[in-house]
Amino acid sequence: MARNGGVAWMRTTEKIDGYDLSTSDTEEVHVLAVDDSLVDRKVIERLLRISSCKVTAVDSGRRALQYLGLDEEIQKKETNGFDGLKVDLIITDYCMPGMTGYELLKKVKESSAFREIPVVIMSSENVIARIDRCLEEGAEDFIVKPVKLSDVKRIIDYTTTELREGEQREGTRAKRRGINKRKQREGDDDLSSSPPSTLSSSTSSSPSSSIQSATAPSSPSTLDSPTRRLKMTSSE
Amino acid sequence: MDLVQLQRQLVDYRTSLYHEGFLDEQFTQLQSLQDENNPDFVVEVVSLFFEDSERLLNELSKALEQQVIDFKRMDAQVHQLKGSSSSIGAHRVQKLCIVFRNYCEAQNVEGCLKCLQQVKHEYGIIKTKLESMFQLEQQILNAGGSIPV
Repeated sequence: MARNGGVAWMRTTEKIDGYDLSTSDTEEVHVLAVDDSLVDRKVIERLLRISSCKVTAVDSGRRALQYLGLDEEIQKKETNGFDGLKVDLIITDYCMPGMTGYELLKKVKESSAFREIPVVIMSSENVIARIDRCLEEGAEDFIVKPVKLSDVKRIIDYTTTELREGEQREGTRAKRRGINKRKQREGDDDLSSSPPSTLSSSTSSSPSSSIQSATAPSSPSTLDSPTRRLKMTSSE
Repeated sequence: MDLVQLQRQLVDYRTSLYHEGFLDEQFTQLQSLQDENNPDFVVEVVSLFFEDSERLLNELSKALEQQVIDFKRMDAQVHQLKGSSSSIGAHRVQKLCIVFRNYCEAQNVEGCLKCLQQVKHEYGIIKTKLESMFQLEQQILNAGGSIPV
């Protein structure tokens, strides 16, 4: 079926122990992509490469933790050749067997070594309660599948900005941004998980927010709310 | 048929796939990710979709033959099929999966059986159509032409 039997793809990646590694050595944003679907992994990998990222694609939360060295059962050995590839961003599917993207998010945010890494959640289901939960847990952003190039570009843009400015910011930054997104998203005042009605992509904040911390002004790129992608017609 | 005719045929064929709801904008997305350095991207993703779908459809058939039907597992499998069909823009398959999931949730065996048949049918159609489209593209390339966007 494929014109050259998939060789083109294999040329640019190495498959080692279930990990797909890019072989580029330049100083690009290094993204760890997590998705149990082979089709989706291939697509997200391409989207990220086009956005000038280095990509490591794994098929489960467990493998993602192993890659980061957070798996309690398997510690990264010193001789492991994957050591030292710093991850700048994690993009993960929400619905995965075993460990969900949400559980992976929590594990990353609970880790002192990795909690600064922005985590983006992808899901085919635009459930408000789910999005809220992820943002509250510290997710950077929430993308509704199918993922488009514009989604990836937006995320890489502000991840790159954050990386450049990042060292002086505090760890609460991610949580604040998550809160900002929630505020920007709200078309109405109801913060509870009522069925989606008139969500707009307006950038005005909700007057009835119950957020504790002060919200910093968001950079222009974060005003493209992730939930702009919430399509009312795609609810199931 | 000469090159220009082939190219026109391809454009018409592709357009019809969108008009008839077989493909949606996500397929266009995938095409936009293809370039001279990655000329086989779409074919490769679609091939993965075919493999994945066939596996899932087989598993779903087996699941519905069991004495005790595991609806939860079936739902998870339909969810996977829905996801991959959505990722390549296989619109009709994706929509059917939504209905299928409702039947799984309702634990409605008859509904599931009917849906499975419909999904298999639609899958067969989109597979044939995409293969035809790829063949047409290959003919154009073989004739020394480029694939119109």
